[in-house]
Amino acid sequence: MTDHAADVVVRLDGIGLSHDRGRSFILRHVDLEIRRGEFVALLGPSGVGKSTLLRVIMGLVPPSEGQVILQSPATTAHRPTAMVFQDAKLMPWRSVVRNVELGLEGLGLDAARRRARAMAALELVGLADMADRWPRQLSGGQRQRVGVARALTVEPDLLLMDEPFGALDAITRNALQLELLRIHERTHATVLFVTHDLEEALTLADRIIVLEGHPAGVRGDFLVGPRPRDHAAPPMRAMAERMKLLIAGEEDPGVVAAYWQASEI
Amino acid sequence: MKLNRSAMLRPMLGGLGLILLFGGWEAAIRFGLVPFGLLPAPSSLGPAWLDELHNGAWLQAIRDSLTHYLTGLVIGSVTGAVMGLLCGAVPVLDALLSGVVRVLRPIPGLAWVPFAILWFGLNTAGATFVIAISVFWINFYAAYGAVHAIDPDLYEVAASFGHGGFWARMRTVVIPGSAPGLLAGLRTGLGQAWMSVVAAELFGVPGIGARMMQASSLLATDLVVVYMLTMALLYALTDMLFMMVRRRLMGWQG
Repeated sequence: MTDHAADVVVRLDGIGLSHDRGRSFILRHVDLEIRRGEFVALLGPSGVGKSTLLRVIMGLVPPSEGQVILQSPATTAHRPTAMVFQDAKLMPWRSVVRNVELGLEGLGLDAARRRARAMAALELVGLADMADRWPRQLSGGQRQRVGVARALTVEPDLLLMDEPFGALDAITRNALQLELLRIHERTHATVLFVTHDLEEALTLADRIIVLEGHPAGVRGDFLVGPRPRDHAAPPMRAMAERMKLLIAGEEDPGVVAAYWQASEI
Repeated sequence: MKLNRSAMLRPMLGGLGLILLFGGWEAAIRFGLVPFGLLPAPSSLGPAWLDELHNGAWLQAIRDSLTHYLTGLVIGSVTGAVMGLLCGAVPVLDALLSGVVRVLRPIPGLAWVPFAILWFGLNTAGATFVIAISVFWINFYAAYGAVHAIDPDLYEVAASFGHGGFWARMRTVVIPGSAPGLLAGLRTGLGQAWMSVVAAELFGVPGIGARMMQASSLLATDLVVVYMLTMALLYALTDMLFMMVRRRLMGWQG
């Protein structure tokens, strides 16, 4: 992993987080690098601190130790990070397109440019014809697509997704996963996707980071093979088994910083 | 329950209820069921109103009261809503004022009349003050409650999309999010303010309330009822106007 430094979008350097001035830690010694265009899944059991780590990366929660270094070229009107939340969290008093415009306000764009960019993002998620609806008029899956559009339209260097499909039914969830992959192929966005679902991580990600422990830290870092993927193929199965052990905390955490390639197992 | 299904039936029944009230009332007086002088006959209200209209007192009273009403309403609503929003959005301010609010809240607007006279005199300002106080609390609590009813996660959403500062939060979350509660408070205040108008004018500031006091001291009960109905009409008008504005503003609530 000695790639060119310019390729790294975000680097976490010994991140630690404590809510009681260092007596106990939620996160500790978290080191991580994500490179441009990567689709990374952050996998771990519920409540381990995955969402908290996203908030640290976003700057919503200041870390107690270490630092987050975000490479954000100061070129176009964009934001360094954007988040897709678990329940979409649209503002009910804004129309769909005005919800998408939320992150564009304050970027120095005039109203027409904002509208054009928001509409382009809605087009991308297939909801351009819903632009003037109110959030309450949309289904759960549609609301979450608006949440994705709202994040994409600010062209973030790093797109953070906090279990975005966790609250959806299986069919909608599957459709949105495929759609997210299609969008990723088109936009080459750098994605950090939090999930506690191993299958979801294997479907979506190029790389899977396992977060586990008290305090939580990176317990495994896996590169998943090329698509299309056969989850039943022996190398994938072996990798999945290994991840399951790590998530359950039964594997020796000595594998930190070990890189696993599906083809190598 | 079937009756509710028809949209036309409800207002028609409402009208029928009114006709029954006034018809029964007229009949009770005609048949001598009510001792003389206790109640004016509905049929005497029209002439009484025409007299009052022709001598100019009716329009003058309405003009005076509307002035008190509108200024008191605007001052009380704006200050109440702003204070309520700020207390709802700023925990330190909320804590700081919690004791003050507890002391002042139970004091009814009418109890301030002695001070209103002392500070402002028997004039428009005094009446406005009393009305504003009663409207203030309604809007204060409506705004305060509305801010607390906002999904707290939306502050995080706003912050993560670049609206993390105090004013940005007020603009993107607090004010639009509390709008339904604010408007509900405003509407309650619209009614409460009319009630306070009478109270505020009873101590001698010219207007509908003062005119009612004059009429009642002359035992002109028909005139008292004329002004009662005048207030009902004015309230209905203000409420209707308000609901028209509300429908335009609150499309998202459906």
